Amino acid sequence: MPATLTPTRRGFLGASATTLSAAAVAMLAGAPQLARAYGGASADVNILNVALGLEHEAIGAYELGARSGLLTKPGLDVAVLFQSHHKAHRDALVATIEKMGGTAVKSRSLDDYAMALSAASLKTQADVLTLAARLELGATNAYLGVIPSFKEPALAKVAARLAADETMHWTALATTLGRSLPGNALTFGA
Amino acid sequence: MSEVRAIVLHRSRRSLLAALLAAAICEAGAADAGRGEQLYEARCGGCHSIDTDRVGPRHAGLLGRKAGSIEGFDYSPALRAAGFTWDGERLGRWLADPEALVPGQRMNVSVGHIADRADLIAYLARAGRSSAGKR
Repeated sequence: MPATLTPTRRGFLGASATTLSAAAVAMLAGAPQLARAYGGASADVNILNVALGLEHEAIGAYELGARSGLLTKPGLDVAVLFQSHHKAHRDALVATIEKMGGTAVKSRSLDDYAMALSAASLKTQADVLTLAARLELGATNAYLGVIPSFKEPALAKVAARLAADETMHWTALATTLGRSLPGNALTFGA
Repeated sequence: MSEVRAIVLHRSRRSLLAALLAAAICEAGAADAGRGEQLYEARCGGCHSIDTDRVGPRHAGLLGRKAGSIEGFDYSPALRAAGFTWDGERLGRWLADPEALVPGQRMNVSVGHIADRADLIAYLARAGRSSAGKR
């Protein structure tokens, strides 16, 4: 059963990684073999670091949304929840990369993310949620897209689980924005 | 089959593949930049933007730019050393299989359908022109 979350703006801005280690543990539990060396491990670490970059950016995007003052309930609640998921993804990816002997990429500054995502152009709650939906859809397709490139099947499963979370985020955001869901099957990762 | 003959056949197949790809991409009338924009948003937008560097580098002015050359962007050593300039043919090969074009690259996402690649390239060509001078 998923943990019950009571999102608040304070929690949004100040959440620590303390409660997220369980996600990292859960993700790594199915892949004990990652601690050993294997051919292609370096390439897999590179893919994971790109994924980590996506998660850093998503955390920054939701942080910018919260600080904008544009989000009100229930939009704020959704953003708080989704940012916590991205923090869990971040922690799991960092743990995986380090377990494989790699060096995890660092987050950029919030100002960097604001510039990269053109945060100054966000004027309404719908703008913030639209940006979030765009990033979540892109992340879904990015995770689905890299699955065939992993040398280690356990990591392909990790990417699929991350993609599932991002798809859930996109679906919720699209619904909140009043958008239609895809009329056709198999639209993600095509 | 002799080793020399095998190598010649392998290279011939690669050349044929590249020629077919280039021919498909050069069918400018068939490429749909509007559809390419939608594909870009869905398939590339997780990491890339036209005008800003994100997880991936910006795409404004991509066609005609030397690979791995945006100052300050953290490219893979492999792409930084690639030594070629992006054109439609190279971009098509990159999108089809980035690791085959530049072993050691970090993108690892491919676009399977040739029509999708052609539409994406058409959009990137259009977007690169329209954003020229912004930076």
